[in-house]
Amino acid sequence: MKPLTLAVVSAGLTEPSSTRMLADRLAGAVTGALADDRQVEVTVVELRELAVDIANNLVTGFPGPRLGAALEAVTSADGLIAVTPIFTASYSGLFKSFFDVLDNKALAGKPVAIAATGGTARHSLALEHALRPMFAYLRAVVVPTAVFAAPEDWASQDADSLAARIDRAAGELAQLLTGHTAAAEESDVVVPFEEQLAAVRRGG
Amino acid sequence: MQFGIFTVGDVTTDPTNGRTPTEHERIKSMVAIALKAEEIGLDVFATGEHHNPPFVPSSPTTMLGYIAARTERLILSTSTTLITTNDPVKIAEDFAMLQHLADGRVDLMLGRGNTGPVYPWFGQDIRMGIPLAIENYALLHELWRKDVVDWEGRFRTPLQGFTSTPRPLDGVPPFVWHGSIRSPEIAEQAAYYGDGFFANHIFWPKEHFMRLIDLYRQRYEHHGHGSAQQAIVGLGGQVFLRRNSQDAVREFRPYFDNAPVYGHGPSLEEFTEQTPLTVGSPQEVIDKTLTFREHFGDYQRQLFLVDHAGLPLKTVLEQLDLLGEEVLPTLRREFAARRAAGVPDAPTHASLLARSTDTEQVPTGGTR
Repeated sequence: MKPLTLAVVSAGLTEPSSTRMLADRLAGAVTGALADDRQVEVTVVELRELAVDIANNLVTGFPGPRLGAALEAVTSADGLIAVTPIFTASYSGLFKSFFDVLDNKALAGKPVAIAATGGTARHSLALEHALRPMFAYLRAVVVPTAVFAAPEDWASQDADSLAARIDRAAGELAQLLTGHTAAAEESDVVVPFEEQLAAVRRGG
Repeated sequence: MQFGIFTVGDVTTDPTNGRTPTEHERIKSMVAIALKAEEIGLDVFATGEHHNPPFVPSSPTTMLGYIAARTERLILSTSTTLITTNDPVKIAEDFAMLQHLADGRVDLMLGRGNTGPVYPWFGQDIRMGIPLAIENYALLHELWRKDVVDWEGRFRTPLQGFTSTPRPLDGVPPFVWHGSIRSPEIAEQAAYYGDGFFANHIFWPKEHFMRLIDLYRQRYEHHGHGSAQQAIVGLGGQVFLRRNSQDAVREFRPYFDNAPVYGHGPSLEEFTEQTPLTVGSPQEVIDKTLTFREHFGDYQRQLFLVDHAGLPLKTVLEQLDLLGEEVLPTLRREFAARRAAGVPDAPTHASLLARSTDTEQVPTGGTR
């Protein structure tokens, strides 16, 4: 069977960036969730490398060859993972500009997982108030779980930890990509009482 | 094959000295450029139509009438005439009048216009752009072909027993080109009527326009006007030339970097690589222009943009001298040598008159 294609758009600005790290985690989780089922070809689009091309496209109305290839990769992919840092209560301007120059029919019906990073968890609902409506406008099918990673999430051990949210979002995307029900429905996971007790003592 | 120039008619500050021409100077420059076009042996001069600053040509037939009086051979055209916001009755009248004054040296290119507020200023709705273009042209087409028109449509006051005067010269309506940047509907419209289709072909990569022209050619054949390769295609292009390539690049760069539309974006080098713009020697202009035929097939009209972005009149006239002396003779020879058999020339008043006499379909009023 032909491998599924997954495009990953990351709008992180530093190198390395936590946005890219989150994007890679999500892509890895999707590939893992489908491992028994389908091969997945992942194409990562780093918007930082395309920043000038995107600005040029805004000015001229057409993409240069490199940006054209990135837009084509996103348009032709079976699924998309879109990750942005949260700036000033919303997605970054670079992230928005990329989707501004993408054809507005390119994502229609396409399964999309959305995720974001930010300096504090207080920014997390920007995913619901900014990213989800934007992709709804583009008529993408956005999975229910949006993944936000605040700095503390990279060390969290909560039951609803970053890793768990990544797996849930990835499972939802994998399900849409294959049309199957997820292999393992999430059931209540029993955390042994000793572990809960230990966690309270650690103050975590 | 016809060669010519088309002008936007922008009043733009010269970025090299900060000088902005007055509207009067710009209008007179456009006329001087048109006269020069005839002098160097070009076939066509076309002016844009705009209704907002910094553009001056709001009244194309007035300007073209003046140029007609001072030229002998030049075909006067537009790039474009707004079919959406002009009254088709006024277009019919104005261009028929121009046709008589210019002894038939007139055609026109219709377009929808891309300045949003022009629609409400003229009482129209931009969301109706395509329907306006379709209905208005249907009326214009009829006004030039039927002496008495009864007409009712969605966008204009109905007409009962209306005769558009003067009737077209010799009963032959001006040839019409339809220009479009992105609308397959307009390519289809041009094909349906057997009219010409013009791709502006500046600013954007050729691949974009190749799709539209392919569509127009297929539909031209479908509607029974001839084979796809006989369809009437026009292309824009943009050049800046000096004898030495390096001189051209050095001189044009500040105009490019500050140009309206694409300035402050990609570099001159990126833009010339990705779009039809040529900045270089006459030979480079010849080489690039000849590639257009390979991408679009044999075509009938090539118009160059040479006078925008604040270039001074003196520079533009020098451009035209170089074009006439060092580019045009080679392009004419090479295009003719490469052209496939059976590909027609662009229609002119004389050829359309001959065709209508052949088929004995001279409309009434043709002798007026």
